[in-house]
Amino acid sequence: MVENNSASPDNPPKRFLRLRQFLGDIPLLAWLFGGLISVLVEQQIGESLANLLGLPKIPVLFGFMIAMKEPLLLPGALAYVLVLYVLTIVLIGKITARPFNLMAAKMMQWPIAIPVLLHLVVLYASMHFWADISLYRELTLKLTLIAIMLTLSLNIINGYMGEFSCSHPGFMSLGAYGASAIMVLFFVNDRLFGDAILPEVLGPLFFPLALILGGIVAALGALLIAIPSFKTRGDYLAIISLAFMFIVKSLFENLQFLGGARGLKGQPDLANLPTVFIWMVICVWVINNFVRSTMGKALNAVRDDELAAEAMTVDTRRTKMVAFLFAAFWAGVAGGLFAHTVRFINPNTFGVQRLAEILAMVYFGGLNSVYGSIVGAVSLNLLGEMLRPLALFKWIIIPLLLILIMIYRPTGLVAFKEFDVRKLIQPKRKPEKEV
Amino acid sequence: MPLLQVENMTHYFGGLRAVHNFNLEIEPGQIRALIGPNGAGKTTIFNLMTGIYTPTEGRIILDGEDIVGLQPHVVASRGLGRTFQNLCLWRHMTVLEHVMMARYSRLTYGLVGAFFGTALRNREEAASKAKAMELLDLMDIAHLADQTVINLPYGAQRRVEMARALASEPKILFLDEPTVGMTPEELDQMLGIIRTLHQDLGLAIYLIEHRLKIVMELCERIQTLVFGEVIAEGSPEEIQNNPKVIEAYLGKEAVH
Repeated sequence: MVENNSASPDNPPKRFLRLRQFLGDIPLLAWLFGGLISVLVEQQIGESLANLLGLPKIPVLFGFMIAMKEPLLLPGALAYVLVLYVLTIVLIGKITARPFNLMAAKMMQWPIAIPVLLHLVVLYASMHFWADISLYRELTLKLTLIAIMLTLSLNIINGYMGEFSCSHPGFMSLGAYGASAIMVLFFVNDRLFGDAILPEVLGPLFFPLALILGGIVAALGALLIAIPSFKTRGDYLAIISLAFMFIVKSLFENLQFLGGARGLKGQPDLANLPTVFIWMVICVWVINNFVRSTMGKALNAVRDDELAAEAMTVDTRRTKMVAFLFAAFWAGVAGGLFAHTVRFINPNTFGVQRLAEILAMVYFGGLNSVYGSIVGAVSLNLLGEMLRPLALFKWIIIPLLLILIMIYRPTGLVAFKEFDVRKLIQPKRKPEKEV
Repeated sequence: MPLLQVENMTHYFGGLRAVHNFNLEIEPGQIRALIGPNGAGKTTIFNLMTGIYTPTEGRIILDGEDIVGLQPHVVASRGLGRTFQNLCLWRHMTVLEHVMMARYSRLTYGLVGAFFGTALRNREEAASKAKAMELLDLMDIAHLADQTVINLPYGAQRRVEMARALASEPKILFLDEPTVGMTPEELDQMLGIIRTLHQDLGLAIYLIEHRLKIVMELCERIQTLVFGEVIAEGSPEEIQNNPKVIEAYLGKEAVH
């Protein structure tokens, strides 16, 4: 399956060649710009367009929810998505492809940070206006961004390092409780912790610090696992980490000063969309830097042949420890953000079901790949939300999908692909000219 | 003073004596070989010297320092490069990544550089890449730099392994049966490569080999190992005519 992956960019399947040729010359910036315009249009005319198509209100998640509840509205919802998103984005992307290609060519000569920031600003703007329509959209978006962080951090261990770790919900809860405890203690009048110690104004300044501390708590927890389990290889880590997850869960169930089984609530509302977005971007940036460096690639060497890695001067034990703690740190940060997004956590939030979700996102999206983690987290998270009206059937459809993926692409959708920002934002030409 | 000196190295696996009183001296720039029938303990000796196993008794002195008990990656970064008998390549990595990986111990940018992509990191990675490309050129596989190793033919994989071993800039190169399973052409090319390493780079080489032809052509001194003990040591001619060696290889009946 790996051979297929590495070969596919050179000889793309014939089926989509037309579509490829039609869309291939649109640079990323034009896509993002098209997205931005389409959400702006939605803000202006979405309501009336929805009415026109016989929908009760703007479809929140691409019409899925409406269609699930009332199948008769499906054509309307479909038309809405087609007109407002697909057509608008493609049309604008196609029209602006030329100027944006010229711009991209020019920007490639500047320091890479400038075009990247520009792309991120446009991306954020379109997310912002999209989420502006309803609170539900905003919440879904924030949880999706957090899911990207969780998936990516687990991919370091399960994908890049090739171990199997089950303790991510544990790390997440350590981070969530750590960050929440700090924020509630300092900034909230609360029954558990008493009056606020610092004025509320300082909250936003302290928040990043609290998140980082939460991450460090999670990394310390990871150290407890790493010391015994990295002496050997194999299933050892899976078992220890699973045990760790349950230990942490029952620890928080019994720590009364953190609310015990009732949970901890009242986190200040600081994890707004820009904050979560910025943390997600930092997380992706740092992890991508790491896995593309020789120090990070040492993880792959350890996975594929540890003995050879040692013989080639790689300090395998340190490599494994660092990666494990690093992954736990980001799981902790994501946990802190999660706690401040939903503003209520209890130990049950971080149980086996959460583990299953994160693992599914990692293996669905693709091992050893930043792209894969993003694809996996976004698709499964949105799918989960879209299928919510189906209630129980959701838990039949998603696992079924996962099984199919495992059969036809055993390493996931976009596995073993390097995330190269330069390639992503460079100007695009028609695919036929490349050959 | 010899570059590598092994004194009375003995190793037991549980109650089994795998290596007994092994002695070795390698001078800078020397090529020596270790031959012996299957199961004689040749690879075990490599693993003992490179730190994968710790010898039960004996001393191993590399460049004046005792390396017994050091972790394999430390031994490797002190200047003991090696290849493996069964090609221990990393199946998902490209050729270039393989060679760059062996320069791991020379990187100084640390975790900060790895996480935040500092200027120092970019410089070091670029230098490492340049060095790696040089070695790939030397091995004639520079055009394969971006290929994943499992897609390569066997001979090319051997070269990748050789380039990787060289990238750690060893003082001594241990080659564990470098020509096993090769076609006659590939074999000739490999001989050429080993000669280049020896003559042009002045590298000391210690190799395990089955084919006497290669050993006879390349080496100045040969040791013969049988059941963990060196039964004969000397120049290729001496070894070739040594009755004990003939006995070990061909059995007693053949000697008359």
